[in-house]
Amino acid sequence: MRFSSFLLRRGLHTIVVLFGLSILIFLISRTLPGDPARLALGPFASKEQVQNLRHTMGMDKSLPLQYWTFLAGIVRGDFGLSFQTRRNVALDIAQFLPATVELVLWAIVWVVILGVPLGVFAARYKDRWPDNLVRVIAFVGVAVPPFVVGLILQLTFSYLIGVLPITGRLNLMTPVPRTHTGFLIIDSLIAGNFSALGDALKHILLPSFAIAMTGIGQIARLTRGSMSDVASQDYIEASRGFGIPNRVIAFKYMLKPAFIPPLTILGLTFASELSNAFLVETVFSWPGIAGYGIRSILRKDFNAVMGVVLVIGLAFVVVNLIVDILAGYVDPRIRVRKEE
Amino acid sequence: MRSNEHVPMAAEETRWTATRDRLGRGWYKFRRNRISLVGGAMVLLFALLAAFAPFVTPYPKHAGAYTDFRHAFQPPSAAHWFGTDALGADILTRVLFGSQISFMLAAVVLGISVPFGVFLGLVSGYIGGRTETIIMRLTDIFLALPALIMALAICAAFTPSIDKAMLAVSSIWWTWHCRLVNGITRSIKTEEFVQASRVLGASHFRIIFKDILPNCASPIIVKITLDAGFVILVGAGLSFLGLGAQPPAEDLGTMISIGAKYLPERWWMTVFPSLAIFLIILGFNLLGDGLRDALAVEEGV
Repeated sequence: MRFSSFLLRRGLHTIVVLFGLSILIFLISRTLPGDPARLALGPFASKEQVQNLRHTMGMDKSLPLQYWTFLAGIVRGDFGLSFQTRRNVALDIAQFLPATVELVLWAIVWVVILGVPLGVFAARYKDRWPDNLVRVIAFVGVAVPPFVVGLILQLTFSYLIGVLPITGRLNLMTPVPRTHTGFLIIDSLIAGNFSALGDALKHILLPSFAIAMTGIGQIARLTRGSMSDVASQDYIEASRGFGIPNRVIAFKYMLKPAFIPPLTILGLTFASELSNAFLVETVFSWPGIAGYGIRSILRKDFNAVMGVVLVIGLAFVVVNLIVDILAGYVDPRIRVRKEE
Repeated sequence: MRSNEHVPMAAEETRWTATRDRLGRGWYKFRRNRISLVGGAMVLLFALLAAFAPFVTPYPKHAGAYTDFRHAFQPPSAAHWFGTDALGADILTRVLFGSQISFMLAAVVLGISVPFGVFLGLVSGYIGGRTETIIMRLTDIFLALPALIMALAICAAFTPSIDKAMLAVSSIWWTWHCRLVNGITRSIKTEEFVQASRVLGASHFRIIFKDILPNCASPIIVKITLDAGFVILVGAGLSFLGLGAQPPAEDLGTMISIGAKYLPERWWMTVFPSLAIFLIILGFNLLGDGLRDALAVEEGV
């Protein structure tokens, strides 16, 4: 009962925030100078054509009315027309979103399978070279812009060694598996198309790693910190006394309690990965929502910008909610604190 | 009873002395931390090189709009240490002037957003009630998207330029400082020394700026240092995507995005600007990290 009221309050808060976000972006996009209709039609369109487009887009109405129409549309899942693709933004998002989600999920896999063990490793050899190595990785991961990481990876693995593809999600020659989910890896599994699966995996390795770089270092440092906090607990000392092997102590008795702080910042990691996706998709010509969003911004395709922003805002807020719930599940103390 | 009249004066002195002592102790600890000294030296070196760019490089005219196709795409040589770009401009020169833009970006963004955020944080934390709710919900809205994406969305409204990019980043960045200071203010305003000031008839203005603000100094200093690198990173990202500085401006992000088209043959066009941006951000992060330890500010700021 108390947990459900916690959920309810968080849910309401989420709605208020998204509502405010939509007003903010709406105001920014509609009140500032520059005529999107003119931009969409190009400099050679006649005045009437521009006027017509403005009319079809409802841009000749008053601002509150425009916002109301927009909001009413959102409720029906209608984000309005996109200037660039001339179709409903919802369709565009449905087409481009899975590619980015797939990319970001893979990046999270990188963060967990590399960041956590690196942190354990660093804590085990505290203040020796593995610890310093992890420290360097963390500093470099935060200081190198993700698009530079992407370029370096491209340069090394695609140009110099030539083992991985440079751009895109699939080779032009690879037959595309039928779309069920939009996630190429899942779709090719469903189709039993293993050449497509292998190709898709090859394509996703570099961009997802470039996105994950920041998170790997952060999670490793955090895991290392909380591992060494846990290491000074009495029950660890006791397990040592019982002669339990170090490896078992590290991964079985220390990692679970030590994983709580990294888990709580997984929401932040997700945020940095989404941002990084905007930079890295450009480098790898990844056909995702970030690339679509940037094209929309450059062309002042406001309905599309709104759609992308709201979808990402929703994803961000929902992921934070999930992380909170997960953290509460792993550590009951957090649940109690949040409920109060 | 007479001696009581001197209490606010004395209390204030102790408070600033305490802050000064803390900073002094911090400076001592900071000096002993080799990594943060290296960070500080890196920042200082780049700041000096950027500030005196016109005197450091033999080709100050190669910044901004410059064309000399005869010398285009030259690999690094004695004459051009970092090579030349597609228009024949010296890349070392453009990297130095580009660093100037990066530092300026950080200075302008933080110069606008930090005072604004700190002020709102102080006011909201001190007044509380509805004012606080409204201000804090506002920060929630600005933080509903990752910083870079929010900046992109705001940039959408403008014709891309470095000024607009700075404006967009500033309009988000105040929220972090607002939240930080709000938290500190809320916990400090119930402390006894604040109550004492109030009882002695100190004005709200005095309590906020003389009693509470000094206690926020260390976390704010640490946050500004760590932010500088992050702001530069976001700015470079915007430029890389074509929404920040526009060519022929010699912004590092723009240079990388142009150079990337010529990879891998003309690697110097990308490698040197990337290296510069990496070293500047690394410098600020090392410095900030050292400051955090030295000033004993909690992790997570």
